[in-house]
Amino acid sequence: MSTPDLVEVETLPAPPPSQPQRVTGVAVTALVVDVVGIALMVFAGLLLRDYNHGGIFSTIVAIILVLGSLYPLWPTIQGFRGGAKRNRLLHNDELVAARRASARGREDATIGLGYGAAAIIVAGLLLLGLTNSGAVAETFFRTDAWHQSFGEAIQAFWINIWVAVVSFVLVLIFGLILAIMRMLPGRAGAPLRLIATVYCDVFRAVPAIVTVLLVVFGLPLAFTFTQRWNPAFMGVVALTLTYSAYVAEVYRAGLASIHPSQSAAARSLGLSYAQTLRAVLVPQAVRRMVPPLMNDFISLQKDTALLSIAAIPEVLLVTKLWESKLFNLSPVTLAAVFFIVITIPQARFVDHLINRDAAKRAGG
Amino acid sequence: MSFLEIEDVRKSFGHNEVLKGVTLNVERHEVVCLIGASGSGKSTLLRCVNQLEQVNGGEIHIDGDTVTGAGVDLNKLRRDVGIVFQSYNLFPHMSVLENVMLAPTRVVGISKEEAKEKAMTLLTSVGMQDKSSAYPDMLSGGQQQRVAIVRALAMEPRVMLLDEITAALDPELVGDVLEIVRELAHGGLTMLLATHEMGFAREVASQVCFLDSGSICENGPPEQIFDNPTEPRTQQFLSRVVKSGRL
Repeated sequence: MSTPDLVEVETLPAPPPSQPQRVTGVAVTALVVDVVGIALMVFAGLLLRDYNHGGIFSTIVAIILVLGSLYPLWPTIQGFRGGAKRNRLLHNDELVAARRASARGREDATIGLGYGAAAIIVAGLLLLGLTNSGAVAETFFRTDAWHQSFGEAIQAFWINIWVAVVSFVLVLIFGLILAIMRMLPGRAGAPLRLIATVYCDVFRAVPAIVTVLLVVFGLPLAFTFTQRWNPAFMGVVALTLTYSAYVAEVYRAGLASIHPSQSAAARSLGLSYAQTLRAVLVPQAVRRMVPPLMNDFISLQKDTALLSIAAIPEVLLVTKLWESKLFNLSPVTLAAVFFIVITIPQARFVDHLINRDAAKRAGG
Repeated sequence: MSFLEIEDVRKSFGHNEVLKGVTLNVERHEVVCLIGASGSGKSTLLRCVNQLEQVNGGEIHIDGDTVTGAGVDLNKLRRDVGIVFQSYNLFPHMSVLENVMLAPTRVVGISKEEAKEKAMTLLTSVGMQDKSSAYPDMLSGGQQQRVAIVRALAMEPRVMLLDEITAALDPELVGDVLEIVRELAHGGLTMLLATHEMGFAREVASQVCFLDSGSICENGPPEQIFDNPTEPRTQQFLSRVVKSGRL
């Protein structure tokens, strides 16, 4: 069969031109969602004002919320207009222009739909918090409970930060030792490799809370000289034991992610294994290790709250004491807010690093 | 005695026998081209010469010294045997100049100033002096490959192995790289190169070696291999190459 026989374009009928899509259906849906959102928001705003006994601040907030819920109407109306324009143009047989008007109109209507749905969710959450005469707010967000516990809570939080920072420094060192042990070559390295592998498997398998309990209560009994240590330092030991196993994995995976051709190129130039590691592999691997290391650091910060079960006066223990004193959970919510405040910027920073690396690779 | 002697070299990856007893001699100042289909063992043979792959059988001698087997100082061997890869393999975290200076300063131990001067001379000879502070990602494939050649040359190797160094390049960039190899050949550098550029092989090679599934099928001067191949498999391979417009 010759090539022209394979191509039959000329004998095929031309496909029909694509028609503009309908707009009105989407716009009507958006309108319904918008109206429901506005109704719910008005209701929630009224409740909010009543809950605070018509205070000026809550009234302003309620008005802003209701005004915000009106916004989705605007793109929805644009959607309807787009639909009308599409019908007019289609009637005049201006197919391309009609398709464009339809696309614009549908996009506007979809925006109205999305914002309207968001208004429903926000109003719903507000109602959830305010129904039952404000039981949710009463349980979790009592400002007077925050006032009373704030001073002690923030002081206790310093212990969390101190434990996290000291632990992570130790983790970086101990994890590196473990990673090197796991990568020792040949038969000579086999027993050390095995020991390091078993360590990592064991401490990644045991829940951190179990390690904390065993170390903080067990160490002073098993090694009496540790009885004079600050109990917070026991917590540091426990978290270091656990997190070193994870970080050793990060080091190992980071080095393994460098393509073998880099090692081949360096060795073929006469560089020794150690020189190859130092000059070629480690500098490239470090960049890839930073995001996962930061992630482990963030987890470690949160896991400092585990020390509360070992009677170490960190933020969770202190706020729990306040909780029993006031019969209210709001101080514990405060502890949660502390963790949110320090963790979210770090999480965003990690995302930034990952995006930067991705952009670099895409550019290269 | 030849400068580079490859004696009955065998190499397997698992159950896959890639080299089935290859014997090849390269004289000093000679340029030997390995041709053959993908998977015929050209790259593996080159990687065996500088011991990036350990041979499973046979021996390799360079200048009378056995370089295969246990107890060989591989770092010393690799100083004398340069290799350039198909995918350049430049170090992406170093500038062009640092790529070239790395081995002379770390392995040979010459001073930074001396290494830099030498690197700049070599970069100038391949027209890359303006790019000395650029990073590999910013260069075209042809430019990267020229830097890779310079990086290998900076160690003053006694033999160069070139592993299909133009295979990953855009067609219009192949010429520049081949021109450099041509100059090196005229300068008397001993080279063993795997290539798909038949025209180039015919021009620079003193010996052409056709590999077919792990063994040398036919070996001789380029006129003989390209104009009067005796083995049917060589004829078949070359006729395919002619059809694809590469010869």
